[in-house]
Amino acid sequence: MAFYRPAPYQKPVAIALLLVLAALPFGLAAVDQAFYIGFATRVLIFALAATSLNLVLGFGGMFSLGHAAFFGVGAYTAAICQQAGINEALIAFPLAMIAAGAFALVVGAISLRTRGVYFIMITLAFTQMAYYLAVSARSWGGDDGLPLVGRMTLAGVSLADDTHLYFAAFFGLTVTMLFFGRLADARFGRVIQAIRENETRMEALGYPVFTYRLVCFALGGALAGLAGALLANLTGLASPNLLLWTQSGTLLVMLIIGGVGYLYGGAVGALILLCLEEVLVGFTPHWHIVLGLILLGVVLFAPKGVAALFGKRHG
Amino acid sequence: MAEALLEVRNLSRRFAAVDALKDVNFSVDAGEVHALIGPNGAGKTTFIHHVSGALKPDSGSVHFAGADVTALSMHRRVAAGMARSYQITNVFLGLTAIDNVALAVQGRQDAGSSFRFWKPVRREVALFDEAREYLVQVGLEQRIDTVAGNLAHGEQRALELAMALATRPKMLLLDEPMAGTGPEESARMVELIEHLARHVTILLVEHDMAAVFRLADRISVLVNGQLICTGEPEAVRANGDVRRAYLGDHL
Ligand SMILES: Nc1ncnc2c1ncn2[C@@H]1O[C@H](COP(=O)(O)OP(=O)(O)OP(=O)(O)O)[C@@H](O)[C@H]1O
Ligand SMILES: [Mg+2]
Repeated sequence: MAFYRPAPYQKPVAIALLLVLAALPFGLAAVDQAFYIGFATRVLIFALAATSLNLVLGFGGMFSLGHAAFFGVGAYTAAICQQAGINEALIAFPLAMIAAGAFALVVGAISLRTRGVYFIMITLAFTQMAYYLAVSARSWGGDDGLPLVGRMTLAGVSLADDTHLYFAAFFGLTVTMLFFGRLADARFGRVIQAIRENETRMEALGYPVFTYRLVCFALGGALAGLAGALLANLTGLASPNLLLWTQSGTLLVMLIIGGVGYLYGGAVGALILLCLEEVLVGFTPHWHIVLGLILLGVVLFAPKGVAALFGKRHG
Repeated sequence: MAEALLEVRNLSRRFAAVDALKDVNFSVDAGEVHALIGPNGAGKTTFIHHVSGALKPDSGSVHFAGADVTALSMHRRVAAGMARSYQITNVFLGLTAIDNVALAVQGRQDAGSSFRFWKPVRREVALFDEAREYLVQVGLEQRIDTVAGNLAHGEQRALELAMALATRPKMLLLDEPMAGTGPEESARMVELIEHLARHVTILLVEHDMAAVFRLADRISVLVNGQLICTGEPEAVRANGDVRRAYLGDHL
């Protein structure tokens, strides 16, 4: 895989995208389709989650099947915060990031000592453990999950209004993408990508590879936690299903469709997968089959993902 | 006698059925060029792996700059002043020559933390200024912005050396730096190593005997994982065992 390098047209494209996304809720309201604001918010949240996986897998080269655990921890942290009387997102969201990041630190500290299939299995084992913990914890709702009694406030503004929540997710994704883009081109990004390419060589240049990997893994976990906290507000529920490894699979599929290792890979993939799902569900109850065929098509005809068709990465 | 910068004591390592290294005692004095020669499969690369920390021995110890480094990981040994090049070229083929070397500079502890998440690495002028110096030193000044994958084989060997130099080592572990290079490139590499040897201690593994006899202050001979002889070049050349085991084919 090539090293990330910002394309010359990246800034204007990003600004145009920002403007479109900022205008979207008003546009939807104007054409009486405000119903779709919730869907758009969902896309933004999954874009954030898939992007956090991109940091770990696409840039850090760590094939984790446990990413959903951090997503879920974020959702549960938000719900638990509310249960504990903290209804302010400015407190709950950072707590969700810290909790998910800390959990990722623990999972990473153990699993990053292994490689290949062992790494995949250990990250998988951790998600399953988190899942069973959530399911068996009565005070967290067990099987049913932990509901939120209403959406939180952000700096005092209620997120109950769909447009407000949309902008919260929009802000979260924007800041994340900005941070991600800078990081990828900064020292840290160079190091994690070089480790992805050849970890032994990096050790031989004096880099403590394990430490860099761990920090990357934890950062990805923290960002997934933010997505989880947003999702809990959108759906009004911290569901144990968020912790299931199949959820990790969904994020992986998004990333593969979008483009592993491309800055916008996660966002593009989330958009495509969720839109396909939305459309196909209306047509046929067997939409999974159609989706599978489309996936197959992507893997065959755009093996590097859709983002790769647009942005040619420079070596 | 100068004091030993590297000292390897009773080092042994077994791979399944092969005794790759058997009770090797070996030292490199500060300032010398010490060549390690021997037939294919003798265990030279395996030995370098144990010195650099890529592999851990079954028994025995490695001492570097007065400290026992046997338990230290590779990156800590690099920080302590050991740098290596690989027998099979091992650079980042997708990065330009200068990006490769800048990455090596960046890894040094005195080059500052790499937990920097905001400033584009290309704007870190100090990294690239220094990287350029190493490229000039190894004769790649014309190829600074060439993607490493597009460099000729000999140039990649030189790049590999520039990366090792960028870690500012006390000691260079060079595993066949001339491997696969043409006569002209080899001659340039010999000159370069000769030049570097004034400032840094070198452990040189090499099959090119002309180069070895020109560069080495001392030579050790490894055969079937055993060190059969160490000494000044002329003494080694005259040694009957060495001639039978190895040099016979080369001189
Ligand atoms: N990872 C390994 N597993 C098993 N056997 C190995 C391994 N690495 C090396 N060997 C064996 O150890 C012996 C020494 O190999 P090594 O590569 O160190 O030789 P060398 O002296 O560097 O040879 P050359 O001059 O061809 O580079 C060989 O018999 C080789 O097959
Ligand atoms: Mg070898």
